[in-house]
Amino acid sequence: MRTARLGALTLSLMTSVSMAWAVESTDPIKLTLHDWSGQLINTKIMGNILKEAGYNVEYVQADYIAQFAGLKNGDLHLAMEIWETTGREALDEATGTGKVVNVGETGLMAIEEWWYPSYMKDRCPGLPNWEALKDCAEEFSTAETAPYGRYVGGPVTWGGFDEERVEALELDFEVVHAGTDAALFAELESAYQREDPIMLWVYVPHWAPAKYDGEFVEFPPYSAECYADPSVGVNPDLAYDCGKPRGPIWKAAWSGLKEKWPGAYDVIEAYNISNEEMSAMVGKVDLEGVDIDTVVADWMKTNKDRWSGWITQ
Amino acid sequence: MKTRGERQTLFVWMLIIATIIIGYYGRDLAKLLDARWLIKFPSAWVIRFNVEISAAMKWLVEDAAIGPISFTDVTRGIAWLIEQPYQLSLALLADGFIVGQGAEAVPVLPAISWIVVTTAVIALGQYCRDWGLAALVGACFLYLAVFGQWDSAMVTLASVIIAVPIGAGGGLLLGIWAYRHPVGERILSPILDLMQTIPIFAYLVPILFMFGFGPVSALVATIIYATPPMVRITTLALKSVDPEILDFGRMVGTTRRQLTWRVLVPSSSQTLMVGVNQVIMLTLNMVIIASMIGAGGLGFDVLAALRRLDIGAGFEAGIAIVVLAIAVDRLSQAFAERIGHIDRPVTGSWVSRHKRTTLVGVLLLLTWVLGQFSPLLLKYPESQTITTGVFWNDTVKYLNVNYFDALEALKIFFLTWFLLPIKKVMLGIPWPLAIVLLSLLGWRAGGWKLALLCLGLSGLIAVSGLWAKAMVTVYLCGASVILATVIGIPLGVLAALNRHAGTAINLFIDTLQTLPSFVYLIPVVMLFRVGDFTAMIAIVLYALAPAVRYAAHGVRSVSKDLIEAGQVSGCTRWQLLRHIRLPMALPQILLGLNQTIMLALSMLVITALVGTRDLGQEVYIALTKADTGRGLVAGLAIAFIAIIADRLLKAGARNARIRFGLES
Repeated sequence: MRTARLGALTLSLMTSVSMAWAVESTDPIKLTLHDWSGQLINTKIMGNILKEAGYNVEYVQADYIAQFAGLKNGDLHLAMEIWETTGREALDEATGTGKVVNVGETGLMAIEEWWYPSYMKDRCPGLPNWEALKDCAEEFSTAETAPYGRYVGGPVTWGGFDEERVEALELDFEVVHAGTDAALFAELESAYQREDPIMLWVYVPHWAPAKYDGEFVEFPPYSAECYADPSVGVNPDLAYDCGKPRGPIWKAAWSGLKEKWPGAYDVIEAYNISNEEMSAMVGKVDLEGVDIDTVVADWMKTNKDRWSGWITQ
Repeated sequence: MKTRGERQTLFVWMLIIATIIIGYYGRDLAKLLDARWLIKFPSAWVIRFNVEISAAMKWLVEDAAIGPISFTDVTRGIAWLIEQPYQLSLALLADGFIVGQGAEAVPVLPAISWIVVTTAVIALGQYCRDWGLAALVGACFLYLAVFGQWDSAMVTLASVIIAVPIGAGGGLLLGIWAYRHPVGERILSPILDLMQTIPIFAYLVPILFMFGFGPVSALVATIIYATPPMVRITTLALKSVDPEILDFGRMVGTTRRQLTWRVLVPSSSQTLMVGVNQVIMLTLNMVIIASMIGAGGLGFDVLAALRRLDIGAGFEAGIAIVVLAIAVDRLSQAFAERIGHIDRPVTGSWVSRHKRTTLVGVLLLLTWVLGQFSPLLLKYPESQTITTGVFWNDTVKYLNVNYFDALEALKIFFLTWFLLPIKKVMLGIPWPLAIVLLSLLGWRAGGWKLALLCLGLSGLIAVSGLWAKAMVTVYLCGASVILATVIGIPLGVLAALNRHAGTAINLFIDTLQTLPSFVYLIPVVMLFRVGDFTAMIAIVLYALAPAVRYAAHGVRSVSKDLIEAGQVSGCTRWQLLRHIRLPMALPQILLGLNQTIMLALSMLVITALVGTRDLGQEVYIALTKADTGRGLVAGLAIAFIAIIADRLLKAGARNARIRFGLES
């Protein structure tokens, strides 16, 4: 922790000469940290850019959904990753109160879908087309679910409508919910080590697709009508007969941020980063064991022109 | 001829067996009678407490005010008060002192060096007991440095240093108040019950609202969780002070205040330290959960490591928590013993009287001054740290690849023959019958008061609309408690009868209790997949300790005379155990069972993380949706189950003691 602070300090000392213009307030801008590497990297990069622009920042550990309480009352100021797929409901609720604003896309696109390791392709040759699953659900079964296939979904709080999807697409699968992200990928790691059948919920940006060889199932593409209107889609009687929505990852801020640090707000709004960059960095941290601060410092060095542009615009 | 009491007992047993049978066929029965309301509480009767509580909470946080001072001003004021000493200890141990912010920040003083902290605990160990203890705590702190856990461990230690005095001090004051005013005790007792049994996740959201985000909220949650045993032990300790000492105190004319602080508290200091010890242990138990809302430190390392499935790193951080707990625990115990001693006065200068303090002080200055030139003196070099992470990852992989099929067979066996039948019974029992049965049991064990309590609490669970989830909870906990008892009691008996086995078993149990359950939960998921069986293993591992401890204690404390009487009348070892030791230890074993149930219930929230569908999951969902009312209602339901089980078992244990003539 201390090295991180010292490192950031030396970095900012080196550059502070060129960036020494007055900022609106020297109070620290509080950014929230969660417990997955991608979010930590994203937030630390944003924090470093704000520091370069002369602002003071502070990182606060906070729960993904619980943080909205803090964003509303101004305890927290900026959350860098609100996923369209999992956080939309909470974000809409919060922006509805007028105390939280959506600062726009981070540039990252969230994909969430059924995913299987490549070795399953030999056992179920029609993949990744979803219709192949109709014939080889049994290949994905375990003793508890046989003859049905077993699909490990995310925690119930993630939603996802997988039970509905299974029914609408007439797949012989049983949906089992893991309680947390960690438990979900523990299942994958375990099955992958033994090359056992597994079908589960994977999302990107995440380290898993980089570590494990596999692909997403291709369901009929998502549309809002498919979710809302039973008559649309493969099954004329049921809704949810398509894949999951893909969507941007948003930045969300306390509405007071714009008045207190207008310059910072503009920097935050301009910030964007791509899935490829992020996946590479996440892979470095989670698979090669590189320190997050090192990865962030590398990015800052190689992208100096990019972020300087966001500051001076 | 049978007495009335025996006939009643028989009746109760027959009723229990009948209920089990009805439960097993409950679903079919309900279908046959076309009365689904029997097994599913009619939703029209549900009172939506959660909505009311959420609304009340919203009012409290947003509108409640006395004059110009709003409720949140008060809580934020408290938060500020707690934050000041916390920032100080954090700066001392982990961050160093910095003046200014961001780019203008200038480090004034670095944090205390690892060399000084380690020397200080060694000196403290030697002061409190002997070189043996000094070596133990020194080794513990060296472990933290060598395994690269130092920085995180110091962040955790900084919060322990703040939470423990507040918890212990506050607990002491509340305990004294309850001792002085019997009414106070009657008010406090149910509150303490709730504080201990409502899972902490249930009140995290309101705490975040009131105290803001960050380490202070985590500290407040920790204090709420860790204080109750201190209050209980204080009241108990003060009550058991020898009345003669009290009389003597009054005779020399002390005031009430003097009597309390000069007579009562000092003469019960040793028992009070047991309470402090409990506060320390519970505080360290909370490390993981506290890190979810901003405490950082070792708990965060465990979570983050498991998030990227680095089992080895998670395990090492988890062990660091165990090591820290052991060091702090042993030091505080030794310190408690030390308080009772009177030192012979040592003459000489201040320095020669305070050799250890001087040594630590000089070292501190030296490292601060010389640290400017050699960072080694301030920070353990990263290149010299070692890790066993790869070993643990490989072990789990080896087990997974080679033994998965055998483990799977074991799991299926348990599921089919043990878990699923219990689940079927629990979900099949018609809820009116369950409430009646509980009330009858209460009446049988403790009279009409207990019967009313059981009736009221189980009725509340039903009308809150959580009956089905509560029954899944009872099933999961019940099955785990049965297993924990079946494993734990023989271990306890063995530990009591064989000294060597006792030492090993004790160490095992200590580790299980302080190792954060999340550390072994993820490997268990890898070996057994998500589901009830995995949850059961986690609960059994965590709840095993009291079953072992109380059984061992009970068997050990059987009176020597009885054993001798048995030996004289020619009992074999087996007969001694069967007819004397075990029956006499029964009240203790029942208390152990009681504690096992409490721990099992407190694990529910953790097992929700591996996908169970019980009240724990309800609490967890409420937490992630920041729904105060929903979380508190589910939390209270868990607390009610705990209280019913606790009261019934305590009454049962008391009856057992009366039967054996240990109590009148």
